[in-house]
Amino acid sequence: MMRFLLLFSRQGKLRLQKWFTPMAEREKKKIIRDMTSAVLARQPRSCNFLHWKDLKIIYKRYASLYFCLAIEDQENELLALEVIHRYVELLDKYFGNVCELDIIFNFEKAYFILDEFLMGGEIQETSKQIVNRCIESSDMLQETMEEYMSKPAF
Amino acid sequence: MSPSVPLQEMIRAIRSARTQCEERGVIQRECAAIRAQFRQSDNGGRSHNLAKLLYVHMLGYPAHFGQMECVRMIASPRYSEKRVGYLGAMMLLDEKQDASLLITNSIKNDLSHSNQYVQSLALCTLACMGSAEMCRDLAPEIDRLLRASNSYIKKKAALCAVHIVRKVHDLGEMFAPAARSLLSEKNHGVLHGAVVLITELCERNLETLEKFRKAVPDLVQIMKGLVISGYSPEHDVAGISDPFLQVRILRLLRILGHNNEAASDAMNDLLAQVATNTDSTKTVGNAVLYETVLTVLDIKSESGLRVLAVNILGRFLLNNDRNIRYIAMISLQKIVGTDHNAVQRHRGTIVDCLKDQDASVKRRALDLSLALVSASNIRSMMKELLIFLSSCPLELRSQAASGIFIAAERYAPSQRWHIDTILHVLTTAGGDVRDETVPNLIQLITNASELHCYTVHKLYRALLTDISQQSLVQVACWCIGEYGDLLLRGECQETEPVQVHEAPTQLCIDSVLSLDQSHMSSPATRGFALTATMKLSTRITDNVDRIRSIVSIYGSCIDVELQQRAVEYNALVPVSFKSFDILSVLERMPVIEKTAPGQTNGESTGEPIKDIQSVKVKQGELLLPQPPANQVCDLLDLLGGSEETLQPSPAAGGTAPGLPANTASTAGGDLLDLLGGLEPAPLTPVQVYEKDGVTLTMSCEKQSATGLTVTLTASNSTESDISSLTLQAAVPKSVQLHMKAPSGDSLPARGAAKVTQMVVLNNPNKVNLKMRVRISYSSQGSAFQDTIQIDAFPGLSAAGH
Repeated sequence: MMRFLLLFSRQGKLRLQKWFTPMAEREKKKIIRDMTSAVLARQPRSCNFLHWKDLKIIYKRYASLYFCLAIEDQENELLALEVIHRYVELLDKYFGNVCELDIIFNFEKAYFILDEFLMGGEIQETSKQIVNRCIESSDMLQETMEEYMSKPAF
Repeated sequence: MSPSVPLQEMIRAIRSARTQCEERGVIQRECAAIRAQFRQSDNGGRSHNLAKLLYVHMLGYPAHFGQMECVRMIASPRYSEKRVGYLGAMMLLDEKQDASLLITNSIKNDLSHSNQYVQSLALCTLACMGSAEMCRDLAPEIDRLLRASNSYIKKKAALCAVHIVRKVHDLGEMFAPAARSLLSEKNHGVLHGAVVLITELCERNLETLEKFRKAVPDLVQIMKGLVISGYSPEHDVAGISDPFLQVRILRLLRILGHNNEAASDAMNDLLAQVATNTDSTKTVGNAVLYETVLTVLDIKSESGLRVLAVNILGRFLLNNDRNIRYIAMISLQKIVGTDHNAVQRHRGTIVDCLKDQDASVKRRALDLSLALVSASNIRSMMKELLIFLSSCPLELRSQAASGIFIAAERYAPSQRWHIDTILHVLTTAGGDVRDETVPNLIQLITNASELHCYTVHKLYRALLTDISQQSLVQVACWCIGEYGDLLLRGECQETEPVQVHEAPTQLCIDSVLSLDQSHMSSPATRGFALTATMKLSTRITDNVDRIRSIVSIYGSCIDVELQQRAVEYNALVPVSFKSFDILSVLERMPVIEKTAPGQTNGESTGEPIKDIQSVKVKQGELLLPQPPANQVCDLLDLLGGSEETLQPSPAAGGTAPGLPANTASTAGGDLLDLLGGLEPAPLTPVQVYEKDGVTLTMSCEKQSATGLTVTLTASNSTESDISSLTLQAAVPKSVQLHMKAPSGDSLPARGAAKVTQMVVLNNPNKVNLKMRVRISYSSQGSAFQDTIQIDAFPGLSAAGH
């Protein structure tokens, strides 16, 4: 299973954090510090895989954002790279040419998309179209509910 | 969906703050406003307030006052509020918070909501942060959803079930039947969830594993469908149809086929098909191929398939993508023990990877190259390894040097080659070798009597060029001291004689002296140099007075050791010039016998600090108090499937359980830190157990970066014979263990003979190495059994690698 997914900028600012196992706040902060320092210190053309404690860390840089995914020992690293790529594609489809600012200003939507794609540390849906359709339907539901209740929710 | 304006305004305000202080101010104001809003009753802006709080939380500021608001929002009838409420619950609440229990009821209600998106929110949150109690409460609901709902909910329920099984293991049986029926679904999401659930169930429970073996044909069918089917736009990734599902199914097949002939047979064809048909130009294809290779190597596959798998790994090694080369080497490292010949075929490529730019790839290549060295390829491999040593990164140097030494010792084709190799290593990486290399090399040189002349010439030449490598200098000093006469004689068939005839002794003494005075020499080296100078006084006939005066100067040296030596040597001179007996102290050394491997012989200055061993004998504490059958099962778990290791040696013998708790190894560790990473490697045997006259000692020898050979020796000091001695060992899951046959199984009384058994360990993941040894024997008609826990291995560095 996947243990956590972190997104951070090149300056080390956290943009998204998803934890798939329960952890104390202090521990989470420490892990974030460790991950950012380990990944940002890597040479530009090195391997995308790191070892950290008993986990494998897969990281990939897309424009100004680092996507950092921690998986357990028996997971497939190359597939983890594909998982990261799939998530980026989903974000791209939703936001239309996604950039870091989109994720900053609409972080809750990034989470909603992630929650349609991964769940409990495992992949939930393998089809891009289905995930996109579900997000759209949920958004639609939100809007119609608002119209029905005739009160703005946001 | 329209963006939240208040949220975005706040984000903009925070980002425009120019200093940390300003940002803190903005956030404090916002938090105060949010807190005030929370206290008010229902207003339209609740969800955007919580969203703001979540953003602040992500920046690292405390947000616990939002927990109750999350609970309230989840209970709200509005979907938008529920959505943000559940998101807040996943971010702020975890099972340790009390507030998390309060949402159990809301989740329960939402699981039976009419709208599937509300249901999905509840399922997602349960799978993310559900505690054990919540899981127990809601498990029946999840089971119901697994059976009778649409595919959207089914797939989420399946993953929720996975989380429940991880939290509460006993509930696994509840989900097994539903999981089985889900395999006949067509929807890929549901299939994927089902496969993950079945994998989880099988990993936890052996009986469930047996039951699901019957599902292998179905899985093979599904997989075939994916591989052969044409283009499916929904699931296609670069030409592969649903690689995520394929990889998951392969992993499940691996678990089901492991150690089972029938299941492995059923999947042979499929695996061959996947291995040959999958397109390997993109990462996706390689991901599927990689999983296939792992599966083939882990089940009882036929040899043709295994060769195919290793060839795929060989192809990976040639791939341009660094990641794939890295993956290939990790996998090859895992199988180098079992499929050695197959991996040997790719030796050339592996050796080429030593020249790769990436540090991780280099490290893997080094490990693998050292594992592949054998008697037949030693010369070529050593050439490559020495080239690598001269250009390798600093952190790999000592590992490479020790690996080279071990390989050279094992497979050296000739003594001269051996000495040459060691000298080469000392000149390139002398600063990074272990300190016991010096005595080992000296001992080697004394053994190679016909090469004394050659060796001393070579060392002298090396000394003339560079005196910074301490180990090299020490060896050179010793040799010049011992064989100075050979050097001065100037005759040597093997190498060009050094032109020392002009002022032979002068030059010799000068070079040795310069070492003394050089600021680069450590005290140990100067000791060597002093002794060598003294020895030369017997080897050569002229300049003896000069030597004596030099030595007496050191009689007032600040260094106590040198002073003592000088004074003692001086004492020898006046009395002994005519008397042969005392001067014979300085004569040729006899050949040093090689005792147990790695034991440091007498003269080893600069010895590393040995681990302070305090042996605490835990009196035969049985660490597995369950009935014997369970004991065996537990050991099996620890062994993680390598059943060979549980083979008891024929006719159970004596047991000598010993529990060495190296409590002082931590103290030793602190000392080591002070010395800045000296690698202590005391290879003297350690007593690990002593009870009722039966003793078990252990000595370790590091074979490679991850391999370790442990030799257990049992002895019996009681008055009666011990028979049927068996030793069994268990190690943590990721460590591989291989027990060689013991030397015997009986220990005669009063220590007349000993039994030794070698255990080969391989620790690829470099986890904390522990070993449990069970010793059983019978003595005077009754059987004894005991278990020893070994937590520290002398021979491993302080970091425990």
